[in-house]
Amino acid sequence: MYGNKNKAEVFVRIITFAYKLVKMENDLTYTIIKPQSSLLDLNLRELWQYRDLIRMYVKRDIVTFYKQTILGPLWFVLQPVLTTVMFMFVFGNLAGISTDGIPGVVFYFSGIIIWNYFADCLNRNSRTFTDNQNVFGKVYFPRLVVPISVTISNLVRLAIQFALFVVIYIYFFATGADIEPNIYLLFLPLLVLMTAGISLGFGIIFSSLTTKYRDLTFLLQFGVQLWMYATPIIYPLNSIPADKQWLIQLNPMTSVIETFKYGALGTGVFSWGWLGYSFALMTLLILVGIMIFNKIEKSFMDTV
Amino acid sequence: MPTAIKIENLSKQYRLGVIGTGTLSHDLNRWWTMNVLRREDPYLKIGETNDRATKGNSEYVWALKDINMEIEQGDVVGIIGKNGAGKSTLLKILSRVTKHTTGTIKYKGRIASLLEVGTGFHPEMTGRENIYMNGAIMGMTRAEITRKLDEIVDFSGCERYLDTPVKRYSSGMTVRLGFAIAAHLDPEILVVDEVLAVGDAEFQKKAIGKMQDVSKGEGRTVLFVSHNMGAVRNLCKTGYVLKNGMIDFCGTAENAIGHYLATKVDDVVTQKTICTEDNLPQEKTVAFMTAAIEKNKCSFSFKEPISFVFEIKARKAVADCRINATIADACGAAIGSVSNDEFFSINKDEKKKIRFTLLDHNLAAGQYSISFSVGTGNYKTGQTDFDILISLFNFDIDTYDENIPDSKSCAQWNVGWGSIMFPHKTEII
Repeated sequence: MYGNKNKAEVFVRIITFAYKLVKMENDLTYTIIKPQSSLLDLNLRELWQYRDLIRMYVKRDIVTFYKQTILGPLWFVLQPVLTTVMFMFVFGNLAGISTDGIPGVVFYFSGIIIWNYFADCLNRNSRTFTDNQNVFGKVYFPRLVVPISVTISNLVRLAIQFALFVVIYIYFFATGADIEPNIYLLFLPLLVLMTAGISLGFGIIFSSLTTKYRDLTFLLQFGVQLWMYATPIIYPLNSIPADKQWLIQLNPMTSVIETFKYGALGTGVFSWGWLGYSFALMTLLILVGIMIFNKIEKSFMDTV
Repeated sequence: MPTAIKIENLSKQYRLGVIGTGTLSHDLNRWWTMNVLRREDPYLKIGETNDRATKGNSEYVWALKDINMEIEQGDVVGIIGKNGAGKSTLLKILSRVTKHTTGTIKYKGRIASLLEVGTGFHPEMTGRENIYMNGAIMGMTRAEITRKLDEIVDFSGCERYLDTPVKRYSSGMTVRLGFAIAAHLDPEILVVDEVLAVGDAEFQKKAIGKMQDVSKGEGRTVLFVSHNMGAVRNLCKTGYVLKNGMIDFCGTAENAIGHYLATKVDDVVTQKTICTEDNLPQEKTVAFMTAAIEKNKCSFSFKEPISFVFEIKARKAVADCRINATIADACGAAIGSVSNDEFFSINKDEKKKIRFTLLDHNLAAGQYSISFSVGTGNYKTGQTDFDILISLFNFDIDTYDENIPDSKSCAQWNVGWGSIMFPHKTEII
């Protein structure tokens, strides 16, 4: 009954109708802002839409760090090198703390670069709201963009420092120091991820709480310094009596640094259990952190 | 036209005073009542309307209360009101910078705010880098910015400085660049708060043109907050007047401006004490102590003499003292002044009472404010002001006296005619 022409026409009509329907659907999508949202209303899709902003923030952090400096990116490596020299003198020579038979340079440097990454991220992330209230007070974007980009941009710094570590490492390895790299070195990406995760989690929890209670800023400032001594950086975990080691292991950064030292240098303590504990704690911190952060970001302008 | 923004029962509560002291106890109390006892937030009930001038009893205040708005797509809405009426809070909530306490907002598309242009500019980065950065902050993707880069640069007129760090830019250039980015965002809803106050005249024209294009040609919605009645009149179709956090008036922009100006002078002040003998300012040779409008009223009829009485006190003797005055219209623009040639002398530590009368002022119906200064000197010696009182009193010319010629036509005065009815004479010859 219907010719081909008619069929085609019907087909076109159906397509147009469907198109209109879809378009109407689009037209009806309102964004709704409600006063209170549930804790789990995370909106990660929105975060993904702002991925270009994360990239721009990372770029900005890196580029502006060494603008108008003479040494430029060299500052990235100078800091851990000087700290290592200081540690070798104070803790190695003066205090005579054991380095587990590893050359002091390698022993301290390996711990310092990871710790620096952790401490830098934690410090800056904990200031997310106070540092950015100017921008946050004027434009809306998912605030989580800022701590995430800080964590990523510090990663670049870590990479540069790590390259120097590799050079030092190869030198000592070639000159026959007592270093035994092993298969556990493959954990490295996971360890970096865990460091990033723990600092991000703690950082955003602190940043959310400091918007109201400024006391925490002071607590964190010296807290991070003390925390370093509760992490086996200037001493090997072995040097702690075996029955007290669990106390240091409760610190989630301990197993991260010990695992790295175990894999790269062949000394130290490796424990699946404690590594798993750190990983679980990291996941928990991030989840709780994002939940609190998400709640605070909506009203912090009134309290900051 | 479909609705672009729908605001229902929007309210926003602020806590007054120092935040941080006692908040923990309130937080705990709130948490206890809401989560354990499962009752309403105890602090939501208390709270007063947002009137800056009166002292309230409550620690909490409603910056916005029960705001309902329905804004059509393509409409240009002007939001006017006194300082602290809640205009900026409303825009902040709309641009999602802060959260409201109750109510819902529905909107379609992307809201871009021009609360302050150039937000997030990093001084060390170049203009080009900042365009990308700023665009990304405003929610544009990288590809979108690249596509519009030429247009943005062209609009800002900063092409030569594109690869120079923004810290070397003049403030005008920074604003241009910021506005250029924001104007090319292509948001469905544009929120503008007093940005036009900055930038040079040529650029302001461009910016206003762009705002008109945005709303007319492309069917976008614009929300415009300003104290500049002229700009609101030129740009907006619809107007809302906010007062103490509530909508006082809603209608066409022209009517809203009329309503706003009419209610602006409702705080009747006819007496003011500037200082007492105990706290006389040290640096002023002659200082105003009190000021009052005689007859204790704020509204006058056409050509009615208006008298002001002052008490002044001198620290040093001045031989030729004089009082000058400037009258401004409701928008704050000066329309005329008195430059006095009548001098009086005042001795050291002497207190004098002075009457100043405005005669034959010919001010047409409208709202005015008057400023005074006490000083010395004339056109030969140069003038020195000892003390200045800016916008001391507001007064209206709104009644008419049948015995005065032209008084009736003054009563039907149109704002568009200006502020002064010139003395005139029509003769048949």
